[in-house]
Amino acid sequence: MILRAERRELGSCRAASLILTQSACVLALSFCVTACALAQTSAVDEIAKYRAALQDGNPAELWEARGEDLWKQKRGPKQVSLEGCDLGLGPGIVKGAYTRLPMYFADADRVMDLETRLVWCMVTLQAYNESQAKKQPFGNGERKSDIEALVAFVTSTSRGMPMNVALKHPKEVEMYQAGEKIFSYRGGPHDFGCVTCHADEGKRIRLQDLPNLTTREGAQKAYTTWPAYRVSQGELRSFEWRLYDCFRQQRFPELLFGSDASIALTLYLARNANGAIFDAPAIKR
Amino acid sequence: MPDPMKIRATTVGDETEVKVLMSHEMETGQRKDGQGKTIPAWFIQNVSVTWNSKTVLSAQWGTAVAKNPFVSFRFKGGAKGDKITVTWVDNRAEKRTDESMIA
Repeated sequence: MILRAERRELGSCRAASLILTQSACVLALSFCVTACALAQTSAVDEIAKYRAALQDGNPAELWEARGEDLWKQKRGPKQVSLEGCDLGLGPGIVKGAYTRLPMYFADADRVMDLETRLVWCMVTLQAYNESQAKKQPFGNGERKSDIEALVAFVTSTSRGMPMNVALKHPKEVEMYQAGEKIFSYRGGPHDFGCVTCHADEGKRIRLQDLPNLTTREGAQKAYTTWPAYRVSQGELRSFEWRLYDCFRQQRFPELLFGSDASIALTLYLARNANGAIFDAPAIKR
Repeated sequence: MPDPMKIRATTVGDETEVKVLMSHEMETGQRKDGQGKTIPAWFIQNVSVTWNSKTVLSAQWGTAVAKNPFVSFRFKGGAKGDKITVTWVDNRAEKRTDESMIA
């Protein structure tokens, strides 16, 4: 019998700081460069092994199933399902829709990502009011998020398809440019920006490798593996959550759910990932 | 009502491999909430799997099993179309039973 039994809070591995005398410093430093590099590679290998072991039985499937149910259920004041929701490929077409998002929707006269579009459909089709629809954008234990479940379902139908985000409409171009600007904007109490962590090769937070999102390969690898089940949180996380948490880590003002800033960044990264095979919901540590 | 399980069972040669994914909080009883109050333990205690009403796995679990547990095991026998039934009961006496066919 094999059980997935890793703990919820994985201990963070912090490098111990060394206090060195000046004479020992040079020697110690040169030792550290080799030893630390070795330690880092083997740690990365071990994390890769750990990820492979988790691949079987990804709990994201539980969210996908719940999302499919929510999609088909008659809900809201109007008691209709979301099956008439147009995600960009026509009403009710789910398969492949995620590979083209975010995109411009004429009915809303706005560029929308998947989460924003789902809220739009819940409001226009099911007659929820907007604050009801957005009430629980991210799940937290027993307070489950319908949006994250719907995101899991919709994205799962695009697995294996290439990313194909167009920049045709002027508003899409405008959004993309805004996303690029926000990505390189530095600010906040730490003078941080997305670029601080995501514009160089070989960077990491603790033992997690950070993708260089300014390169095509980096953006492709990152974008096609979200949403993902985060083992350490026991939750399925959407791309909006990923950006929200990046902003929090940078000590930026809170990134509002479904805001233009969030959609602009999503569009910037989605477009840069064009051509890559979408492979999510994934599983991450 | 707890969320349904995902059950996959496949026969290869003379063995059947069963994979089950369960939806459960698996609260350890060690964690505290925002107010500093202990969150009570809540976990799956008993798991049983039957193959055409014959028990092929019976397990007692504790709080060391992760949230949304995944269990995978093999047993001798089983043929395509046979019924696999999985039942779990947690320490609140909540229960969930799901069925699947061997593929």
